[in-house]
Amino acid sequence: MPPLLGMSGIGKRFGATQALDEVSFELHAGRVMALIGENGAGKSTLMKVLSGACPADNGSMNVAGTPYRPLGPSSARDAGIAMIYQELNLAPDLSVEDNIMLGQEDQRWGLLSRGQQRPRVRQVLDRLGHPELRPDTPVGQLSVGAQQLVEIARALIGQARVIVFDEPTSSLAGQDVLRLFDVIRRLRGDGIGVVYISHFLEEVRELCDDYTVLRDGQVAGTGVLEGTTEAEIVSMMVGRKVEELFPTVPHTAGDPVLHLEGLTGRATPRDIDLVLHRGEILGIAGLVGAGRTEMLRCLFGLDPVVSGTVRVGGIIRRPLPETMIHSGLALVSEDRKDEGLAQDRSLSDNITYSHLSPYTRFGLLNLGRRRHAVAECMQELAIKANSPEQSVAELSGGNQQKVALARVLHQDADVLLLDEPTRGIDVGTKAEVYRLVGEQAAAGKAVLFVSSYTPELLAVCDRVAVLARGQLQEIRAASEWTEETLINCAIGSDGAAA
Amino acid sequence: MSTDRSRLSNLAWSLGPLLGLVVVSLIFGAIEYQVATDEGREPQFFTPQSVQVVLNHASLIGVAALGMTLIIIAGGIDLSAGTAIALTATVIAWIYREGFEGMADWRDTSPVLATLVLSTLAIIGGVLTGCLCGFVNGGLISLLRLVPFIVTLGTMTAFQGIGRTISGETPVRAYGKVPDAVASLQKPYPDPEWMLVSPSVWIMLILAAIVALALRYTVFGRHVFAIGSNESTARLCGINVVRTRILVYTLAGVFVGVAGLYQFTVLGGEGDPVSGLGLELKVIAAVVIGGGSLNGGRGSILGTLSGACIITVIQHGCVLIGVPDHYQDILIGLIIIAAVTIDQLRIRLQAN
Repeated sequence: MPPLLGMSGIGKRFGATQALDEVSFELHAGRVMALIGENGAGKSTLMKVLSGACPADNGSMNVAGTPYRPLGPSSARDAGIAMIYQELNLAPDLSVEDNIMLGQEDQRWGLLSRGQQRPRVRQVLDRLGHPELRPDTPVGQLSVGAQQLVEIARALIGQARVIVFDEPTSSLAGQDVLRLFDVIRRLRGDGIGVVYISHFLEEVRELCDDYTVLRDGQVAGTGVLEGTTEAEIVSMMVGRKVEELFPTVPHTAGDPVLHLEGLTGRATPRDIDLVLHRGEILGIAGLVGAGRTEMLRCLFGLDPVVSGTVRVGGIIRRPLPETMIHSGLALVSEDRKDEGLAQDRSLSDNITYSHLSPYTRFGLLNLGRRRHAVAECMQELAIKANSPEQSVAELSGGNQQKVALARVLHQDADVLLLDEPTRGIDVGTKAEVYRLVGEQAAAGKAVLFVSSYTPELLAVCDRVAVLARGQLQEIRAASEWTEETLINCAIGSDGAAA
Repeated sequence: MSTDRSRLSNLAWSLGPLLGLVVVSLIFGAIEYQVATDEGREPQFFTPQSVQVVLNHASLIGVAALGMTLIIIAGGIDLSAGTAIALTATVIAWIYREGFEGMADWRDTSPVLATLVLSTLAIIGGVLTGCLCGFVNGGLISLLRLVPFIVTLGTMTAFQGIGRTISGETPVRAYGKVPDAVASLQKPYPDPEWMLVSPSVWIMLILAAIVALALRYTVFGRHVFAIGSNESTARLCGINVVRTRILVYTLAGVFVGVAGLYQFTVLGGEGDPVSGLGLELKVIAAVVIGGGSLNGGRGSILGTLSGACIITVIQHGCVLIGVPDHYQDILIGLIIIAAVTIDQLRIRLQAN
């Protein structure tokens, strides 16, 4: 039997870079294949070739034995190939049903036949195991996880045989991830071939059957997951043996520097008491919606504090980003694209925005001096960019994240609030971030480290606090937690999540 | 090496609007040459007088567009600029008219001093009016957290109403009460010939240089780009977004005030509150033709001035060729769309 999807010898060149070089793999019906690789390894280019968004220079593709030469997104759909991107393609004001049927409506002479449409929509939602989704709910009111289901349903209505998921869990946590896995397993059971692109090796191991690792545009390895160790996959990804995934720098906790007393925001957080010490990395775990991000935003003055106090040195009466920065706090946003960085501004601007004073005299900037300092910063963090004046949008995700961290370091803050600092970046860069955080702690800085990735919390942090429903559940030394106890605590003893 | 190339290409793109100005001028020059020789008269397009007229004419839109550039870079828009200009012109005229009567005795004893004081009052009054308009816009946008488009759509009408309250039924006339130095601001052919272009052009160029330098070399300038490019990031970095935005609109009001002064002298010493409607669109067009992005974060002073000149070259060229008014509008419209299209192409090119 021919494979459901076969790619052979795919090559693609952009200017001087060979984005894809002789890439071949096979996907079989009823299998989930993980496509793994660091940022810039060629995963997204490969998906663009597959979806018809950009044509390959050479090589060929087959779908169920027949040659497949996509001319654009519509030919991908005709061939039964559907893509679920990280950024969902939904119209938030339209209903679930309208979104599912968008572009493939049941119609007669231009008139919608809802009578025919509605049962089909219900049937597909049933098939996904989620009959509770109401077809007439506006999609904008759904959680990200449910919105993803709508996209999957759309693919099924379009008779998709191959579904490609691009980092589907990067914006999900906890239960939503489990629900998605359940759906993907159902798809597999229905004989659909799934390509699953992810950074999270744990997920891959839990969900996938086969793997293909890309590195520098080439296939670094492909095969069946069973019997392949994580270390083997990682070394395929980075092209060298990774001695440690989590490099640590020895550091010891000192005097307390940040006190939260009964900190309460609008909905979350609720009544948080916390003390953070110099030279300490304190991890914050919890499900999405538990109020981790909100806690950071609250104490940094981005969201209003309803009651309680923030103490850094003295009590901060009314936290505002300006005053908190002045008091020695710095925040790295979880949302690099929309909040963390001004994408169309230069590295120089992005790194120095929060701390322009070293280059300022009477409101005038010394651009030469700033350029010099930024160049040093870039070297220190090994940021790959053409020049300090290059716009951040042109950098890879990992390098963008380094720019966001560079701002915090440039600011020379005492307390670093890091919200998902390793989200969406590759294994190599993650290790660099861990080392950087360790170095900061060793230099006497205090770090609050919010993450949805339990292994890194346990490996990098000294203590880990768990939030659920906006409240602090428990703080323990990292060594006293296991992944299971941490997750159980985050879900809450009664098993119901917020 | 790639650094140099990307910097070079950035430079080339930033000169794009200027290049556009040259192209538009050449086209009109060529057509006008053809038309003139057919009719058996001297071609007039490429003459010093022609340049003087175009620049002089561009100075009103140009000076107001300096402020609009700030606003648009900061991610805003100001639809009320036109009526605010007319309002300031009305206020200036009113100060001249009322002050002239009030200072009658003083003028007899020391005419020079009285005139000086009156003009100072009028100009400061005008600029302050402009600032106040901007402050109101900025304040409403920031404090009520409304979209700039809506707020300034409202103030656009309101400013005209305020102007008409001041003026009553007829425009405020201050004929003969304005000293020559002020009245001749907008004379295309300046009196001492060595000035080459009218005083209003010089004022515009000086202000333009100041704004351009401020955008590049001041903390304020960085903050303007930051909030236009990504407001959340600006907040995250501790930039006081509310204060910066109010400052941007208020500062833009200074240029509205100066434009109001020009409008006042163009009308020959008259303040007509309804003379400003539609002007804002030309001002915004100048910024957009000059590469300003209505999404914020991008725009340049050189581009804006080129944009203002492109608009006036088209108007002037059409007059010389004898093309009716309404075709000018169509042409300007097409130029705006072309400018934005080119800009989008550039973004797509650079993304690849």
